[in-house]
Amino acid sequence: MALYSEKVMDHFRNPRNIGCMEEADGIGEAGNMKCGDIMKIYLKIENDIIEDVKFETFGCASAIASSSMATELIKGKPVAQALELTNQAVAEALEGLPPVKMHCSVLAEEAIKLAILDYYKKNDIPYAKEQFPDCENCSHCSHHGH
Amino acid sequence: MKIYADNAATTKMSKRAIDAMLPFMGTLYGNASSLHTDGQRAAEALLSARERIAGRLGCEPSEIIFTSGGSEADTQALMSAAALGERHNKKHIISTTFEHHAILHTLEALEKRGFEVTLLPVGESGIVSVEQVEAAIRPDTCLVTIMYANNEIGTIQPVADIGRLCREKGVLFHTDSVQAVGHLAIDVKEQCIDMLSLSAHKFHGPKGIGALYVRKGIQPVSVIYGGGQERGKRAGTENIPAIMAMAEALDEICENMEEKAARLSEMRDRLIRGLNRIPHGVLNGDALRRLPGNVSFCFEGVEGEALLLYLDDKGISASSGSACTSGSLDPSHVLLALGRPHEIAHGSLRLSLGEEITREEVDYMIDTVTEVVEKLRSMSPVWRDLQSGNRAYMTEA
Repeated sequence: MALYSEKVMDHFRNPRNIGCMEEADGIGEAGNMKCGDIMKIYLKIENDIIEDVKFETFGCASAIASSSMATELIKGKPVAQALELTNQAVAEALEGLPPVKMHCSVLAEEAIKLAILDYYKKNDIPYAKEQFPDCENCSHCSHHGH
Repeated sequence: MKIYADNAATTKMSKRAIDAMLPFMGTLYGNASSLHTDGQRAAEALLSARERIAGRLGCEPSEIIFTSGGSEADTQALMSAAALGERHNKKHIISTTFEHHAILHTLEALEKRGFEVTLLPVGESGIVSVEQVEAAIRPDTCLVTIMYANNEIGTIQPVADIGRLCREKGVLFHTDSVQAVGHLAIDVKEQCIDMLSLSAHKFHGPKGIGALYVRKGIQPVSVIYGGGQERGKRAGTENIPAIMAMAEALDEICENMEEKAARLSEMRDRLIRGLNRIPHGVLNGDALRRLPGNVSFCFEGVEGEALLLYLDDKGISASSGSACTSGSLDPSHVLLALGRPHEIAHGSLRLSLGEEITREEVDYMIDTVTEVVEKLRSMSPVWRDLQSGNRAYMTEA
Protein backbone atom coordinates (compact mmCIF):
# COMPACT_ATOMS: atom_id res chain seq x y z
CA MET A 1 0.00 0.00 0.00
CA ALA A 2 1.27 3.42 -0.86
CA LEU A 3 2.00 5.86 1.92
CA TYR A 4 -0.51 8.37 0.58
CA SER A 5 -3.57 8.37 -1.67
CA GLU A 6 -3.25 9.38 -5.32
CA LYS A 7 -5.08 12.59 -4.50
CA VAL A 8 -2.59 13.54 -1.77
CA MET A 9 0.32 12.84 -4.11
CA ASP A 10 -1.32 14.87 -6.88
CA HIS A 11 -1.77 17.92 -4.63
CA PHE A 12 1.74 17.43 -3.21
CA ARG A 13 3.31 17.23 -6.66
CA ASN A 14 1.19 19.98 -8.19
CA PRO A 15 0.08 22.24 -5.37
CA ARG A 16 -2.78 24.56 -6.32
CA ASN A 17 -2.80 28.25 -5.33
CA ILE A 18 0.75 28.28 -4.12
CA GLY A 19 2.47 31.58 -3.35
CA CYS A 20 1.99 34.70 -1.31
CA MET A 21 -0.27 37.70 -1.89
CA GLU A 22 0.58 41.36 -1.74
CA GLU A 23 -2.10 43.31 0.13
CA ALA A 24 -4.13 40.34 1.22
CA ASP A 25 -7.42 41.04 2.99
CA GLY A 26 -6.72 38.36 5.54
CA ILE A 27 -3.64 36.33 6.54
CA GLY A 28 -3.62 33.31 8.83
CA GLU A 29 -0.74 31.18 10.04
CA ALA A 30 -1.04 27.91 11.96
CA GLY A 31 1.44 25.39 13.33
CA ASN A 32 4.88 25.88 14.74
CA MET A 33 8.49 25.18 13.90
CA LYS A 34 9.10 22.79 16.74
CA CYS A 35 6.60 20.29 15.34
CA GLY A 36 7.72 20.84 11.80
CA ASP A 37 4.60 22.18 10.09
CA ILE A 38 3.64 25.78 9.41
CA MET A 39 0.87 26.85 7.05
CA LYS A 40 0.13 30.37 5.92
CA ILE A 41 -3.07 31.31 4.08
CA TYR A 42 -3.66 34.58 2.22
CA LEU A 43 -7.20 35.66 1.27
CA LYS A 44 -8.51 38.20 -1.23
CA ILE A 45 -12.11 38.97 -0.29
CA GLU A 46 -14.62 41.04 -2.26
CA ASN A 47 -18.31 41.40 -1.40
CA ASP A 48 -17.95 38.68 1.19
CA ILE A 49 -16.70 36.23 -1.42
CA ILE A 50 -13.22 34.65 -1.38
CA GLU A 51 -12.08 35.88 -4.76
CA ASP A 52 -8.58 34.49 -4.43
CA VAL A 53 -6.55 32.44 -2.04
CA LYS A 54 -2.86 31.58 -1.81
CA PHE A 55 -0.87 29.43 0.57
CA GLU A 56 2.64 28.76 1.71
CA THR A 57 3.51 25.64 3.69
CA PHE A 58 6.55 24.33 5.49
CA GLY A 59 5.85 20.69 6.20
CA CYS A 60 5.50 17.17 4.94
CA ALA A 61 3.70 15.98 1.81
CA SER A 62 0.35 15.70 3.59
CA ALA A 63 0.72 19.22 4.99
CA ILE A 64 1.35 20.61 1.52
CA ALA A 65 -1.52 18.57 0.04
CA SER A 66 -3.90 19.56 2.86
CA SER A 67 -3.27 23.25 2.35
CA SER A 68 -3.54 22.92 -1.41
CA MET A 69 -6.87 21.06 -1.14
CA ALA A 70 -8.21 23.45 1.49
CA THR A 71 -7.57 26.45 -0.75
CA GLU A 72 -9.42 24.72 -3.59
CA LEU A 73 -12.38 24.03 -1.32
CA ILE A 74 -12.85 27.68 -0.28
CA LYS A 75 -11.95 29.49 -3.48
CA GLY A 76 -14.95 31.42 -4.85
CA LYS A 77 -17.05 30.62 -1.78
CA PRO A 78 -18.73 33.06 0.60
CA VAL A 79 -16.67 33.74 3.72
CA ALA A 80 -19.33 32.24 5.98
CA GLN A 81 -19.13 28.99 4.01
CA ALA A 82 -15.32 28.91 4.19
CA LEU A 83 -15.66 29.26 7.93
CA GLU A 84 -17.63 26.01 7.96
CA LEU A 85 -14.79 24.03 6.38
CA THR A 86 -13.74 21.20 8.65
CA ASN A 87 -10.53 19.23 8.70
CA GLN A 88 -12.54 16.07 7.98
CA ALA A 89 -13.81 17.64 4.77
CA VAL A 90 -10.23 18.39 3.74
CA ALA A 91 -9.10 14.85 4.58
CA GLU A 92 -12.08 13.31 2.74
CA ALA A 93 -11.45 15.42 -0.35
CA LEU A 94 -7.90 14.05 -0.30
CA GLU A 95 -9.29 10.49 -0.23
CA GLY A 96 -8.07 10.07 3.31
CA LEU A 97 -4.93 10.77 5.31
CA PRO A 98 -2.96 8.32 7.45
CA PRO A 99 -4.04 8.66 11.13
CA VAL A 100 -0.71 10.19 12.16
CA LYS A 101 -1.16 12.86 9.48
CA MET A 102 -4.68 13.98 10.34
CA HIS A 103 -3.26 16.98 12.18
CA CYS A 104 -2.16 18.36 8.81
CA SER A 105 -5.81 18.78 7.86
CA VAL A 106 -6.46 20.40 11.25
CA LEU A 107 -3.74 22.92 10.52
CA ALA A 108 -5.33 23.74 7.17
CA GLU A 109 -8.69 24.37 8.81
CA GLU A 110 -7.05 26.51 11.49
CA ALA A 111 -5.00 28.57 9.06
CA ILE A 112 -8.10 29.41 7.03
CA LYS A 113 -10.07 30.36 10.12
CA LEU A 114 -7.24 32.56 11.34
CA ALA A 115 -7.07 34.28 7.94
CA ILE A 116 -10.82 34.98 8.11
CA LEU A 117 -10.46 36.22 11.69
CA ASP A 118 -7.74 38.57 10.49
CA TYR A 119 -10.09 39.84 7.78
CA TYR A 120 -12.92 40.37 10.29
CA LYS A 121 -10.62 42.22 12.67
CA LYS A 122 -9.14 44.44 9.96
CA ASN A 123 -12.60 45.42 8.78
CA ASP A 124 -14.25 45.70 12.20
CA ILE A 125 -16.71 42.98 11.29
CA PRO A 126 -18.36 41.46 14.36
CA TYR A 127 -17.71 37.75 14.85
CA ALA A 128 -18.43 34.90 17.24
CA LYS A 129 -15.24 34.12 19.13
CA GLU A 130 -16.00 30.42 19.54
CA GLN A 131 -15.89 29.92 15.79
CA PHE A 132 -12.12 30.39 15.83
CA PRO A 133 -9.20 28.45 17.23
CA ASP A 134 -7.95 29.76 20.54
CA CYS A 135 -4.48 30.84 19.59
CA GLU A 136 -3.79 32.57 22.86
CA ASN A 137 -3.71 29.19 24.54
CA CYS A 138 -2.52 27.04 21.70
CA SER A 139 -1.20 23.67 22.72
CA HIS A 140 -0.93 22.49 19.16
CA CYS A 141 2.10 20.30 19.59
CA SER A 142 0.86 18.43 22.61
CA HIS A 143 -2.47 17.42 21.16
CA HIS A 144 -2.05 16.97 17.45
CA GLY A 145 -0.70 13.49 17.97
CA HIS A 146 2.10 13.31 15.43
CA MET B 1 18.01 8.26 -13.58
CA LYS B 2 17.34 5.82 -10.76
CA ILE B 3 19.69 6.00 -7.77
CA TYR B 4 19.33 3.98 -4.61
CA ALA B 5 21.01 6.14 -1.95
CA ASP B 6 19.64 4.47 1.15
CA ASN B 7 22.28 1.80 1.71
CA ALA B 8 22.40 2.55 5.44
CA ALA B 9 18.80 1.29 5.60
CA THR B 10 19.50 -1.82 3.59
CA THR B 11 21.48 -2.95 0.57
CA LYS B 12 20.77 -4.93 -2.54
CA MET B 13 21.89 -8.55 -2.25
CA SER B 14 24.95 -9.28 -4.34
CA LYS B 15 24.78 -11.95 -7.03
CA ARG B 16 27.47 -13.93 -5.26
CA ALA B 17 25.42 -13.89 -2.04
CA ILE B 18 22.28 -15.05 -3.85
CA ASP B 19 24.21 -17.79 -5.62
CA ALA B 20 25.69 -18.92 -2.31
CA MET B 21 22.24 -19.13 -0.81
CA LEU B 22 20.34 -21.07 -3.47
CA PRO B 23 21.87 -24.58 -3.13
CA PHE B 24 20.94 -24.58 0.55
CA MET B 25 17.31 -23.92 -0.30
CA GLY B 26 17.20 -26.48 -3.10
CA THR B 27 19.34 -29.59 -2.85
CA LEU B 28 21.24 -29.06 0.41
CA TYR B 29 18.30 -28.39 2.68
CA GLY B 30 19.28 -30.62 5.60
CA ASN B 31 19.02 -29.62 9.24
CA ALA B 32 22.49 -29.19 10.70
CA SER B 33 21.38 -31.03 13.84
CA SER B 34 20.45 -34.21 11.93
CA LEU B 35 22.81 -37.18 11.96
CA HIS B 36 22.19 -38.38 8.41
CA THR B 37 24.31 -37.33 5.46
CA ASP B 38 21.96 -34.49 4.45
CA GLY B 39 22.20 -33.06 7.94
CA GLN B 40 25.95 -33.48 8.16
CA ARG B 41 26.45 -31.67 4.88
CA ALA B 42 24.50 -28.78 6.29
CA ALA B 43 26.58 -28.92 9.47
CA GLU B 44 29.79 -28.80 7.43
CA ALA B 45 28.55 -25.81 5.47
CA LEU B 46 27.58 -24.07 8.70
CA LEU B 47 31.05 -24.65 10.13
CA SER B 48 32.73 -23.33 7.00
CA ALA B 49 30.59 -20.17 7.07
CA ARG B 50 31.40 -19.69 10.73
CA GLU B 51 35.13 -20.00 9.99
CA ARG B 52 34.97 -17.52 7.14
CA ILE B 53 33.08 -14.93 9.17
CA ALA B 54 35.37 -15.42 12.18
CA GLY B 55 38.35 -14.93 9.87
CA ARG B 56 37.02 -11.58 8.73
CA LEU B 57 36.62 -10.37 12.31
CA GLY B 58 39.86 -11.83 13.63
CA CYS B 59 38.23 -14.16 16.12
CA GLU B 60 37.71 -17.90 16.64
CA PRO B 61 34.77 -19.68 14.96
CA SER B 62 33.55 -20.73 18.40
CA GLU B 63 33.21 -17.06 19.33
CA ILE B 64 30.47 -16.46 16.73
CA ILE B 65 26.76 -16.82 17.52
CA PHE B 66 24.39 -16.54 14.56
CA THR B 67 21.33 -14.40 15.27
CA SER B 68 18.32 -13.10 13.36
CA GLY B 69 20.08 -9.78 12.82
CA GLY B 70 21.59 -6.73 14.47
CA SER B 71 18.81 -6.05 16.95
CA GLU B 72 18.91 -9.55 18.37
CA ALA B 73 22.71 -9.49 18.57
CA ASP B 74 22.59 -6.14 20.42
CA THR B 75 19.94 -7.40 22.81
CA GLN B 76 21.87 -10.60 23.55
CA ALA B 77 25.13 -8.69 24.09
CA LEU B 78 23.55 -6.30 26.58
CA MET B 79 21.58 -8.98 28.38
CA SER B 80 24.73 -11.10 28.68
CA ALA B 81 26.80 -8.26 30.12
CA ALA B 82 23.96 -7.38 32.48
CA ALA B 83 23.69 -10.97 33.76
CA LEU B 84 27.43 -11.01 34.45
CA GLY B 85 27.24 -7.58 36.08
CA GLU B 86 24.39 -8.61 38.34
CA ARG B 87 26.41 -11.56 39.56
CA HIS B 88 29.17 -9.22 40.74
CA ASN B 89 26.80 -6.50 41.89
CA LYS B 90 27.97 -4.21 39.12
CA LYS B 91 24.93 -2.53 37.68
CA HIS B 92 26.20 0.50 35.79
CA ILE B 93 26.36 0.70 31.99
CA ILE B 94 27.93 3.39 29.82
CA SER B 95 26.69 4.18 26.31
CA THR B 96 25.99 7.23 24.13
CA THR B 97 22.92 9.33 23.41
CA PHE B 98 22.93 8.49 19.72
CA GLU B 99 23.00 4.70 19.70
CA HIS B 100 20.57 2.68 17.62
CA HIS B 101 17.24 1.97 19.32
CA ALA B 102 18.24 -1.71 19.58
CA ILE B 103 20.71 -0.50 22.20
CA LEU B 104 18.75 2.39 23.74
CA HIS B 105 15.55 0.43 24.20
CA THR B 106 17.40 -2.57 25.68
CA LEU B 107 19.11 -0.16 28.09
CA GLU B 108 15.68 1.19 29.07
CA ALA B 109 14.57 -2.36 29.83
CA LEU B 110 17.69 -2.88 31.95
CA GLU B 111 17.03 0.36 33.83
CA LYS B 112 13.70 -1.09 34.86
CA ARG B 113 15.65 -4.08 36.19
CA GLY B 114 17.67 -1.75 38.43
CA PHE B 115 20.60 -0.86 36.20
CA GLU B 116 21.95 2.65 36.07
CA VAL B 117 22.80 3.93 32.60
CA THR B 118 25.09 6.82 31.69
CA LEU B 119 24.56 8.10 28.14
CA LEU B 120 27.53 10.16 27.00
CA PRO B 121 26.84 13.23 24.87
CA VAL B 122 28.44 13.21 21.43
CA GLY B 123 28.63 16.92 20.62
CA GLU B 124 28.43 18.49 17.21
CA SER B 125 31.14 16.27 15.73
CA GLY B 126 29.09 13.15 16.46
CA ILE B 127 32.14 11.49 18.01
CA VAL B 128 32.55 10.46 21.62
CA SER B 129 36.03 10.75 23.13
CA VAL B 130 37.92 8.09 25.03
CA GLU B 131 38.39 10.65 27.82
CA GLN B 132 34.61 10.93 28.21
CA VAL B 133 34.39 7.17 28.57
CA GLU B 134 37.24 7.09 31.06
CA ALA B 135 35.64 9.79 33.20
CA ALA B 136 32.34 7.89 33.27
CA ILE B 137 33.75 4.50 34.32
CA ARG B 138 32.93 3.66 37.95
CA PRO B 139 33.86 0.70 40.16
CA ASP B 140 30.39 -0.73 39.49
CA THR B 141 30.48 -0.32 35.69
CA CYS B 142 29.87 -3.69 34.04
CA LEU B 143 29.67 -2.63 30.38
CA VAL B 144 30.58 0.05 27.89
CA THR B 145 28.52 -0.22 24.69
CA ILE B 146 29.34 2.26 21.94
CA MET B 147 28.52 1.92 18.27
CA TYR B 148 31.35 1.61 15.75
CA ALA B 149 29.73 4.01 13.26
CA ASN B 150 26.47 5.88 13.55
CA ASN B 151 23.63 4.78 11.30
CA GLU B 152 22.26 8.25 10.52
CA ILE B 153 25.29 10.49 10.32
CA GLY B 154 27.99 7.89 9.72
CA THR B 155 30.50 9.21 12.26
CA ILE B 156 33.15 6.71 13.34
CA GLN B 157 33.92 6.25 17.01
CA PRO B 158 37.43 5.62 18.43
CA VAL B 159 36.61 1.99 19.04
CA ALA B 160 40.16 0.64 19.47
CA ASP B 161 41.04 3.33 22.05
CA ILE B 162 37.83 2.70 23.96
CA GLY B 163 38.50 -1.05 23.76
CA ARG B 164 41.99 -0.69 25.22
CA LEU B 165 40.71 1.56 27.98
CA CYS B 166 37.98 -0.91 28.91
CA ARG B 167 40.42 -3.84 28.87
CA GLU B 168 42.72 -1.88 31.19
CA LYS B 169 39.84 -1.07 33.56
CA GLY B 170 38.42 -4.57 33.49
CA VAL B 171 35.11 -3.46 31.98
CA LEU B 172 33.37 -5.35 29.15
CA PHE B 173 33.20 -3.52 25.83
CA HIS B 174 30.50 -4.15 23.22
CA THR B 175 30.22 -2.35 19.91
CA ASP B 176 27.18 -2.27 17.63
CA SER B 177 29.05 -2.56 14.32
CA VAL B 178 26.06 -3.01 12.07
CA GLN B 179 27.04 -0.02 9.92
CA ALA B 180 30.77 -0.66 10.06
CA VAL B 181 31.24 -4.33 9.16
CA GLY B 182 32.37 -4.68 5.57
CA HIS B 183 33.06 -0.96 5.28
CA LEU B 184 35.76 -0.41 7.91
CA ALA B 185 38.66 -2.62 8.98
CA ILE B 186 37.82 -4.70 12.02
CA ASP B 187 40.03 -6.90 14.16
CA VAL B 188 38.37 -7.70 17.45
CA LYS B 189 41.59 -8.91 19.11
CA GLU B 190 43.65 -5.90 18.15
CA GLN B 191 40.83 -3.49 18.95
CA CYS B 192 40.13 -5.14 22.33
CA ILE B 193 36.46 -5.70 21.48
CA ASP B 194 34.68 -8.15 23.81
CA MET B 195 31.39 -8.30 21.92
CA LEU B 196 30.38 -7.10 18.46
CA SER B 197 27.06 -7.11 16.58
CA LEU B 198 26.67 -7.32 12.82
CA SER B 199 23.87 -7.63 10.30
CA ALA B 200 24.16 -9.15 6.82
CA HIS B 201 21.74 -6.94 4.94
CA LYS B 202 23.93 -3.89 5.49
CA PHE B 203 26.67 -5.41 3.33
CA HIS B 204 24.70 -6.98 0.45
CA GLY B 205 23.70 -10.10 2.34
CA PRO B 206 20.13 -11.19 3.12
CA LYS B 207 17.80 -9.68 5.71
CA GLY B 208 16.99 -11.61 8.87
CA ILE B 209 20.50 -12.84 9.58
CA GLY B 210 23.30 -11.45 11.69
CA ALA B 211 25.88 -12.48 14.22
CA LEU B 212 27.21 -11.68 17.65
CA TYR B 213 30.87 -12.14 18.43
CA VAL B 214 31.43 -12.94 22.10
CA ARG B 215 35.01 -13.25 23.31
CA LYS B 216 35.95 -16.63 24.76
CA GLY B 217 35.56 -16.56 28.53
CA ILE B 218 32.44 -14.40 28.49
CA GLN B 219 29.30 -16.39 29.16
CA PRO B 220 26.49 -15.27 26.85
CA VAL B 221 22.88 -15.68 27.98
CA SER B 222 20.14 -16.87 25.66
CA VAL B 223 17.43 -14.46 24.64
CA ILE B 224 15.60 -17.18 22.68
CA TYR B 225 14.78 -20.43 24.45
CA GLY B 226 14.53 -23.81 22.80
CA GLY B 227 16.97 -26.35 21.42
CA GLY B 228 20.70 -26.49 21.89
CA GLN B 229 21.82 -24.88 18.64
CA GLU B 230 24.78 -22.47 18.69
CA ARG B 231 26.24 -24.38 21.64
CA GLY B 232 23.13 -23.65 23.63
CA LYS B 233 23.44 -19.90 23.21
CA ARG B 234 20.79 -19.34 20.56
CA ALA B 235 17.94 -21.77 20.05
CA GLY B 236 16.30 -22.38 16.68
CA THR B 237 17.30 -24.32 13.56
CA GLU B 238 20.14 -22.44 11.90
CA ASN B 239 19.14 -20.42 8.84
CA ILE B 240 21.81 -21.99 6.70
CA PRO B 241 20.83 -20.42 3.33
CA ALA B 242 21.06 -16.97 4.91
CA ILE B 243 24.23 -17.81 6.84
CA MET B 244 25.94 -19.04 3.66
CA ALA B 245 24.89 -15.88 1.84
CA MET B 246 26.14 -13.73 4.74
CA ALA B 247 29.55 -15.42 4.68
CA GLU B 248 29.80 -14.92 0.93
CA ALA B 249 28.65 -11.29 1.09
CA LEU B 250 31.17 -10.55 3.83
CA ASP B 251 34.01 -12.16 1.89
CA GLU B 252 33.04 -10.21 -1.21
CA ILE B 253 32.78 -6.82 0.48
CA CYS B 254 36.03 -7.31 2.39
CA GLU B 255 37.98 -7.98 -0.81
CA ASN B 256 39.95 -4.82 -1.68
CA MET B 257 38.11 -3.00 1.10
CA GLU B 258 40.63 -0.18 1.26
CA GLU B 259 40.45 0.56 -2.46
CA LYS B 260 36.67 0.49 -2.43
CA ALA B 261 36.55 2.75 0.62
CA ALA B 262 38.93 5.22 -0.99
CA ARG B 263 36.82 5.43 -4.14
CA LEU B 264 33.58 5.70 -2.22
CA SER B 265 35.01 8.39 0.07
CA GLU B 266 35.93 10.40 -3.01
CA MET B 267 32.30 10.19 -4.23
CA ARG B 268 31.05 11.09 -0.75
CA ASP B 269 33.31 14.14 -0.57
CA ARG B 270 32.25 15.26 -4.06
CA LEU B 271 28.61 15.03 -2.95
CA ILE B 272 29.35 16.91 0.28
CA ARG B 273 31.15 19.66 -1.63
CA GLY B 274 28.22 19.96 -4.03
CA LEU B 275 25.56 20.09 -1.33
CA ASN B 276 27.64 22.55 0.69
CA ARG B 277 26.96 25.04 -2.10
CA ILE B 278 23.29 25.13 -1.10
CA PRO B 279 22.99 28.14 1.22
CA HIS B 280 21.92 27.57 4.81
CA GLY B 281 22.54 23.87 4.85
CA VAL B 282 24.85 22.08 7.24
CA LEU B 283 26.63 18.73 7.16
CA ASN B 284 25.79 16.56 10.15
CA GLY B 285 28.80 15.16 11.96
CA ASP B 286 32.53 15.23 11.33
CA ALA B 287 33.38 15.66 7.64
CA LEU B 288 36.21 13.11 7.54
CA ARG B 289 35.76 10.62 10.36
CA ARG B 290 32.61 9.20 8.78
CA LEU B 291 31.61 6.12 6.83
CA PRO B 292 32.83 6.23 3.23
CA GLY B 293 29.27 6.27 1.86
CA ASN B 294 27.45 8.51 4.35
CA VAL B 295 26.27 12.04 3.58
CA SER B 296 23.87 13.69 6.02
CA PHE B 297 22.69 17.27 5.77
CA CYS B 298 20.13 19.58 7.33
CA PHE B 299 18.62 22.34 5.20
CA GLU B 300 16.88 25.30 6.79
CA GLY B 301 13.35 26.18 5.76
CA VAL B 302 12.40 22.78 4.33
CA GLU B 303 10.88 19.65 5.80
CA GLY B 304 12.56 16.28 5.31
CA GLU B 305 9.63 14.10 4.31
CA ALA B 306 8.55 16.44 1.52
CA LEU B 307 12.18 16.61 0.42
CA LEU B 308 12.59 12.87 0.16
CA LEU B 309 9.25 12.32 -1.60
CA TYR B 310 10.17 14.88 -4.26
CA LEU B 311 13.56 13.16 -4.59
CA ASP B 312 11.74 9.83 -4.95
CA ASP B 313 9.80 11.33 -7.86
CA LYS B 314 13.16 12.19 -9.44
CA GLY B 315 14.43 8.64 -9.01
CA ILE B 316 16.50 9.12 -5.86
CA SER B 317 15.82 6.89 -2.84
CA ALA B 318 16.96 8.70 0.30
CA SER B 319 15.95 8.99 3.94
CA SER B 320 15.31 11.68 6.51
CA GLY B 321 15.28 11.97 10.28
CA SER B 322 12.41 14.45 10.35
CA ALA B 323 9.55 13.94 12.82
CA CYS B 324 7.16 13.36 9.93
CA THR B 325 9.15 10.36 8.77
CA SER B 326 9.69 8.92 12.24
CA GLY B 327 6.02 8.91 13.19
CA SER B 328 6.80 10.70 16.44
CA LEU B 329 6.60 14.24 17.67
CA ASP B 330 10.34 14.71 17.67
CA PRO B 331 12.88 14.54 14.90
CA SER B 332 15.62 11.91 15.09
CA HIS B 333 17.32 11.48 18.46
CA VAL B 334 20.64 11.37 16.62
CA LEU B 335 20.26 14.89 15.20
CA LEU B 336 19.03 16.20 18.54
CA ALA B 337 22.07 14.53 20.18
CA LEU B 338 24.30 16.60 17.88
CA GLY B 339 22.63 19.69 19.29
CA ARG B 340 20.60 20.46 16.18
CA PRO B 341 17.50 22.44 17.14
CA HIS B 342 14.14 20.99 16.07
CA GLU B 343 13.81 23.73 13.45
CA ILE B 344 16.85 22.41 11.57
CA ALA B 345 16.54 18.73 12.39
CA HIS B 346 13.17 18.64 10.56
CA GLY B 347 15.02 19.44 7.34
CA SER B 348 17.39 16.49 7.41
CA LEU B 349 18.43 14.33 4.49
CA ARG B 350 20.61 11.22 4.50
CA LEU B 351 22.14 9.90 1.29
CA SER B 352 24.01 6.63 1.89
CA LEU B 353 25.89 5.61 -1.20
CA GLY B 354 26.53 2.14 -2.56
CA GLU B 355 29.92 0.97 -3.81
CA GLU B 356 28.82 1.20 -7.44
CA ILE B 357 27.88 4.89 -7.37
CA THR B 358 29.26 6.89 -10.29
CA ARG B 359 30.42 10.46 -10.61
CA GLU B 360 27.49 11.19 -12.96
CA GLU B 361 25.06 9.91 -10.37
CA VAL B 362 26.66 12.06 -7.68
CA ASP B 363 26.35 15.11 -9.92
CA TYR B 364 22.72 14.27 -10.67
CA MET B 365 22.05 14.05 -6.93
CA ILE B 366 23.72 17.42 -6.31
CA ASP B 367 21.62 19.09 -9.03
CA THR B 368 18.40 17.39 -7.99
CA VAL B 369 18.72 18.04 -4.26
CA THR B 370 19.59 21.68 -5.00
CA GLU B 371 16.53 22.02 -7.24
CA VAL B 372 14.16 20.31 -4.79
CA VAL B 373 15.40 22.33 -1.82
CA GLU B 374 14.83 25.51 -3.87
CA LYS B 375 11.35 24.36 -4.85
CA LEU B 376 10.36 23.60 -1.26
CA ARG B 377 11.86 26.85 -0.04
CA SER B 378 9.88 28.76 -2.66
CA MET B 379 6.67 27.52 -1.04
CA SER B 380 7.87 27.74 2.57
CA PRO B 381 6.62 30.55 4.83
CA VAL B 382 9.57 29.78 7.09
CA TRP B 383 12.06 30.44 4.30
CA ARG B 384 10.25 33.70 3.48
CA ASP B 385 10.58 34.77 7.12
CA LEU B 386 14.25 33.83 7.16
CA GLN B 387 14.92 35.81 4.02
CA SER B 388 12.99 38.87 5.13
CA GLY B 389 14.73 38.87 8.50
CA ASN B 390 11.58 38.04 10.49
CA ARG B 391 13.29 34.87 11.67
CA ALA B 392 16.97 34.34 12.43
CA TYR B 393 19.05 31.89 10.42
CA MET B 394 20.62 29.13 12.46
CA THR B 395 23.18 28.07 9.88
CA GLU B 396 25.71 29.84 7.72
CA ALA B 397 25.00 31.02 4.19
